[in-house]
Amino acid sequence: MGSGGDHRRGDLTAEPVVEAARPELERAAHQAESRRGVLVALPAWVYLVVFFAMPLVIVFVYSFATRSSTGRTRLADWNLDAYRRLFDPLVFEIFRRSLLLALATTVICLLVSYPFAYYIATRGPRLRNVLLVMVMLPFWSNFLVRTYAWKVLLGSEGPISQLSQALGGEPIRVLFTNSAVLIGLVYGFLPFMVLPLYAALERMDWSLVEAARDLYATGWTAFRKVTWPLSRPGVIAGSILVFIPALGAYVTPAILGGARTTLIGDYIVSQFLAARNQPFGSALSFGIMVVMLAGTIVYFRTGAKNV
Amino acid sequence: MNIAGVRPKSPTERLLAANAWVVYAFFYAPILVLIVFSFNANNNVGIWTEPSVRWYRDVLSNDAVLNAIKVSLIVAFVSTIVSTVLGTMAALSLERFRYRGQRAFDGLVYLPIIIPDVTMAVMLLLFFAQGFQWLDAAIGWRPSFGIGTISLSHIAFNISFVAVVVRARLGQMDPRLEEAAADLYATRWQAFRRVTLPLIAPGVAGGALLALTLSLDDVVITSFVAGPGTTTLPVYVFGLVRRGVTPLINAVSTLMLVASMLLVAISLGFQRSSRSRVTALGEEQA
Amino acid sequence: MTAAVELEGVSKAFGDVYAVSDMNLAITDGEFFSLLGPSGCGKTTTLRMIAGFEFPTEGSLRIQGVEMGLQPPNRRPVNTVFQSYALFPHMNVAENVAFGLHMRKVGATETASRVKRALDMVQLSHRADASSKQLSGGQQQRVALARALVNEPEVLLLDEPLGALDLKLRQAMQVELKVLQERVGITFIYVTHDQEEALTMSDRIGVMNEGRLLQVGEPQQIYEHPSSRFVADFIGEINLLPATVVDHQSVRLLGGQVVRAEAGTGAGQEVTIAVRPERLELYGLDETIPEGLNRVEGSVSRRIYYGDVFYYDVETPGGVFEVKEENRPGVELHAAGDRVVVAWDPAATTVVAT
Repeated sequence: MGSGGDHRRGDLTAEPVVEAARPELERAAHQAESRRGVLVALPAWVYLVVFFAMPLVIVFVYSFATRSSTGRTRLADWNLDAYRRLFDPLVFEIFRRSLLLALATTVICLLVSYPFAYYIATRGPRLRNVLLVMVMLPFWSNFLVRTYAWKVLLGSEGPISQLSQALGGEPIRVLFTNSAVLIGLVYGFLPFMVLPLYAALERMDWSLVEAARDLYATGWTAFRKVTWPLSRPGVIAGSILVFIPALGAYVTPAILGGARTTLIGDYIVSQFLAARNQPFGSALSFGIMVVMLAGTIVYFRTGAKNV
Repeated sequence: MNIAGVRPKSPTERLLAANAWVVYAFFYAPILVLIVFSFNANNNVGIWTEPSVRWYRDVLSNDAVLNAIKVSLIVAFVSTIVSTVLGTMAALSLERFRYRGQRAFDGLVYLPIIIPDVTMAVMLLLFFAQGFQWLDAAIGWRPSFGIGTISLSHIAFNISFVAVVVRARLGQMDPRLEEAAADLYATRWQAFRRVTLPLIAPGVAGGALLALTLSLDDVVITSFVAGPGTTTLPVYVFGLVRRGVTPLINAVSTLMLVASMLLVAISLGFQRSSRSRVTALGEEQA
Repeated sequence: MTAAVELEGVSKAFGDVYAVSDMNLAITDGEFFSLLGPSGCGKTTTLRMIAGFEFPTEGSLRIQGVEMGLQPPNRRPVNTVFQSYALFPHMNVAENVAFGLHMRKVGATETASRVKRALDMVQLSHRADASSKQLSGGQQQRVALARALVNEPEVLLLDEPLGALDLKLRQAMQVELKVLQERVGITFIYVTHDQEEALTMSDRIGVMNEGRLLQVGEPQQIYEHPSSRFVADFIGEINLLPATVVDHQSVRLLGGQVVRAEAGTGAGQEVTIAVRPERLELYGLDETIPEGLNRVEGSVSRRIYYGDVFYYDVETPGGVFEVKEENRPGVELHAAGDRVVVAWDPAATTVVAT
């Protein structure tokens, strides 16, 4: 070792004598690394436990509490009344309506988005980026505002109505109906379907489609047998991203819907405002969360298997 | 990949293009209508009389609106910063380390995304209400609902969104790069600061932008935890909207639209300039 | 002289699976040493342990005499050239090369001059400002080299660096690397699965399989005298024929012929004899065969023409011999079906365990 050696290594050699490896030491090194990982996770972990896990527990607890006659919640006399009420025909009806609406939203979003995402994914790179940004821009603008815009548009004295009247027809009566809510939901959640679909299509190996066509498949068959199955992860992701918020939607139905179209979101909120039945509201909230969680897991399992 | 340039315009191609145009019209028509009618002099929205900026004057002198804007900005700023830091750390710990309880942590981080915001709103309301009661009983101090509770609530759901975005970006990064940095004498912290962080920066920025948007968008959770004296802009507008449609809302809405578009434009410009510094040629993987 | 790198009883387990078992190896200062073996043999794991990306489960790993088995990589005087080059995409060439120096807080002037020297050494000074995406594979690899060498490490580790290059470029780089190593004088530890690469470039080779080091030696030694059946089979082409030991200098082939070979082991043991195809010669039945050679009679079953050589498959009672003969005037050609004698120098025979 020349004189350069010490200079080079001076800052590198650590403790003068280090032991040779033994399984215990290797394990200790691994554990030190694990501890570092835990440390990095700690702030988020603590925050989520305090401000998410605990609130979840509290809602769960409240769902078994009693509602006093004045609307206050008594954390005593634990019972299952709230959960029993979940099976009320009225509640069932509301849930069914919300479910159908969310399903309709998801299906329509899928039908509209798929050709749209396909189109974007098959353009050149420059055009693709521009088209994507144009999709994202409305998304980055305020959700409330966009939903409100439909209230303006669909009003019986709004521009669409005026247009139809100018064409000799009647003023439209769409606002405050289920259809208005559906339009609003589709409008609001379309980007959530477009983006995952686009991502899946863009990542696809298009040479497979060419191979299919080379093997005498028609355009439609190639799509059905190659493109569609390969884009399924995107379909699944997009469906979940639309269905879940659509099921629990509150703002859109509140703005575009009417008294006849009570959905779960509004029903839950009313338990904490007018109806003042916190245990029931908690049971509803918890119930809908469990349904969504179960649905997500099931959907992932089946979707993942088919992929 | 560009197959459009290779094949001639088949009927399918034309249909697809037409569909795309319709969708874009669907996206932008309501926004344009809103903007146009915000300049409508008439009180009655929908019936156009003459152009005017009176509604904008009204907005800018409306104290309630200005106050709501102030609260929104404070909450958005605070919650974006905190959730971006915490979310990035969560993503790092999930992608670059292994430890016991990691799967549980993974689930915990993803849960807020799946939960509908009504449930989240209920959870946080009851949590704060109950918590304040206990604090009062324990140490005699009873906090109140307001900017604090709103910020804490926004952070709670934003951590997850930031974590998802950053995690995707981390997953695309070659982990060998961090090994190379260590091989070249970097400590863990140096490797993070000089190699990992610059490479996930676009992801962190994207996560931050998402958090900002979600915070400024939020209505349900905020209205539950804001308390009597505080309100944010979307909650305020929501209240107005439920009571009826006035051109004032159009003006406020247009202002909000312009503000968010500006924000996006700035962040895109930011990304582009940092991108050109990083790779002279070719597309960086988004 | 202290060995550059010493492994003593080193093992690495992942869970219950041992990727490396009981490795003992001393790499001399300044040598070009190759770790050769098939995929999964543990050579990359060994390299990573020397680099510090994995810690040994057992054993002593010393660099320049200092125990470093459990030191993190940034505390070892060792640098690595990765298979995928691992250049930092957000830095240009010069910044990549300067990275290690920056981490060690080397001053700006010294950094600049050392970076320039390193880039000159790999002939890339004209691309100092380029980003890594603008470079070809070969250029990226040279940047990776410069980035490692600029730090003047005690040992340079190379993990199959030429794998992604096409044949001509690979061969050119092999020469360049060898020349570079001789000029710089740093110990190179080179991991590869390509035995030709190992044979051409190395001062010594360590052949590994299934986590164990099977043989260490100079290329010629390993080629001419493989110590085990695996090594014999892995390096180059070889004839492997079953035989039984007669005494310490002869063995009996399956067909009953006795040939001379350094047997050593006890009589009656079942072994395998190994002879390189190019050490075998074919003689016609009526030709005179020089004294002292082993000879086995058989018939040509196939002849393949390779341009510069002929390959003959010769079937004998003891097994099939593959013979490689030069294609030049004066060498007699044999046709399929000819009866011939396969003859070879007993010294060219290696006896290995079956």
